[in-house]
Amino acid sequence: MGSNLTSNYFEVTAVICFSIGFTMLFLNKNLIKKVIGFNFMDSSIFLFLASNGYITGRISPIITNGSVASENYINPIPAGLVLTGIVVSVSVSAFLLALTTRLYLRYHTLDLDEMIRLSRAEDD
Amino acid sequence: MIALFINWVEGEDTVPVPEKDSPSRNPGREKRHSTKVSNRVGSSSSHTKELTLLYDVLSVVVCLTVICALLVTVSWLPKFGSSDNPAENEVYTRYVESELREAGAVNTVAGMILDYRAFDTLGESNVLFVAVVSVIILLRADRKGKNHTLNLPELATTPEEKPDDEILRFSARILIPAVLLFGIYVVLNGHLSAGGGFSGGAILGGAMILYVRAFGVEKMEKIFTFSTYKWITFGALMTYTLLKTWSFYTGANGLESGIPLGKPGAILSGGLILPLNICVGLVVACTMYAFYSLFSKGGFGNGQ
Repeated sequence: MGSNLTSNYFEVTAVICFSIGFTMLFLNKNLIKKVIGFNFMDSSIFLFLASNGYITGRISPIITNGSVASENYINPIPAGLVLTGIVVSVSVSAFLLALTTRLYLRYHTLDLDEMIRLSRAEDD
Repeated sequence: MIALFINWVEGEDTVPVPEKDSPSRNPGREKRHSTKVSNRVGSSSSHTKELTLLYDVLSVVVCLTVICALLVTVSWLPKFGSSDNPAENEVYTRYVESELREAGAVNTVAGMILDYRAFDTLGESNVLFVAVVSVIILLRADRKGKNHTLNLPELATTPEEKPDDEILRFSARILIPAVLLFGIYVVLNGHLSAGGGFSGGAILGGAMILYVRAFGVEKMEKIFTFSTYKWITFGALMTYTLLKTWSFYTGANGLESGIPLGKPGAILSGGLILPLNICVGLVVACTMYAFYSLFSKGGFGNGQ
C-alpha cells in the first residue's frame, strides 16, 4: 500500500463507486438496473478525472482580473475530458434503454435469465 | 466447480427445458420479477440454485478483488490537490497562459474545447446525433401502419395527448419563459463564465420537455416536429463544420482567417467560440427533446 490512501479521498470514493456499479452489472438480472449501474460507473469516472485536475488554493480556470499566470488556476483539461465523457454517457444510456424497450416489447420481461430462457424455448 | 460454472454460463444442459409459451401469443401476461437472489431462477432444481449461489459468490469475490486492486493503485497516486502532480504539466500551463491571447475566451475550458479541440467537440455533437438516429431506428416500429408510434398499452408512461392538469399548466406558464431565458443566457455566456453549449442546451431541452408535458403534443407540433428537428440539427452541425473548416484551413496554411477575436470579456468576443456554442446548444436541446419524445411516444407525435 502506498502512503496517499487517506489524502486521496476523492479518488477512493470514485474507485468504490466504480466497483459498486460494476457489481450491479454482475448481480442484477434486471436490465434497467444494469443501465443504472453503467451510469454509476460513468459518474465515478467523472469524479476521478475532475479530482485529478484540482490543485489546492487555486480558482476555476476563468480568467479574472486579467491575470494569465498558471499559478492562479486549476487544470482545465479534465473539465474538457469530463464533458466528452458526459456526452458519450448520455448517448450510450439512451441507446441501451432503447434496446431494453425493444427487448421488453418482445419478451414482456426485463429479467435477463427469463429472456434467455424464452429465446431458447423459441429456438427449440 | 469452475467447470460447472462455465457449463452453467454457456447453458449446456443445466438450464431446464421451459414450457412452450411464446410471448407474442400471450402479451398480457404479467410477471413481476424480483431481483432477489432466491426468486431469480424460475426453476426449482437444486442444481441450478447451487450454481446461482456460486455465481453470486464469485461475482462478489471478483468485485472485491477489483476494489482492492484499485484502492492499492489509488494509494500510490500523487497526493490530491498538490501542484507537482504529473497531470499538472506543461500542457496545462500552455493552455492557461496563451488561451486568452490565442482564442480570446475568458473561460479557459470553453476556449480549449471550442478552439484548440474543436474537432473533438464536433465529434461529440455527432455522437448525440447518431444516438438519436439509432434510438429512432430501434423505437419507430412499423412503417406500414398509419401512425409511426409504438403505441403499446404496456408502455404505461405514454403521456396523454391532451393533458388536463391545471396546476402543471399554470406553473409551466410561469416557469418556461424563465427557464428558456436562463438556458439562452448560459449558451450565450459560455465563453465568459461557467456554462456553454452543452449545459445550456440541456436546460433548453428541459424547457421543451416541460412545455410538451404541460400543453400536450398537439401544441408542440405546431412549432416543433420531426422535420424541424432534422433541419435544426443538420443546420447546426453544418454551420459548425463549415466555420471550423475555414478556421482550420487558414490556420494550418498560415493564412489570415479574418475572424476578429474582440475584446476579452465582451459578449462579442472569442472569435468563433460564440457561434460554435450556439450550434452545440441547438443540437443538445433538440437531442434532449428527441430522446424524451422517442421514449415516451416512439416518435415526435402523430403528424409527421
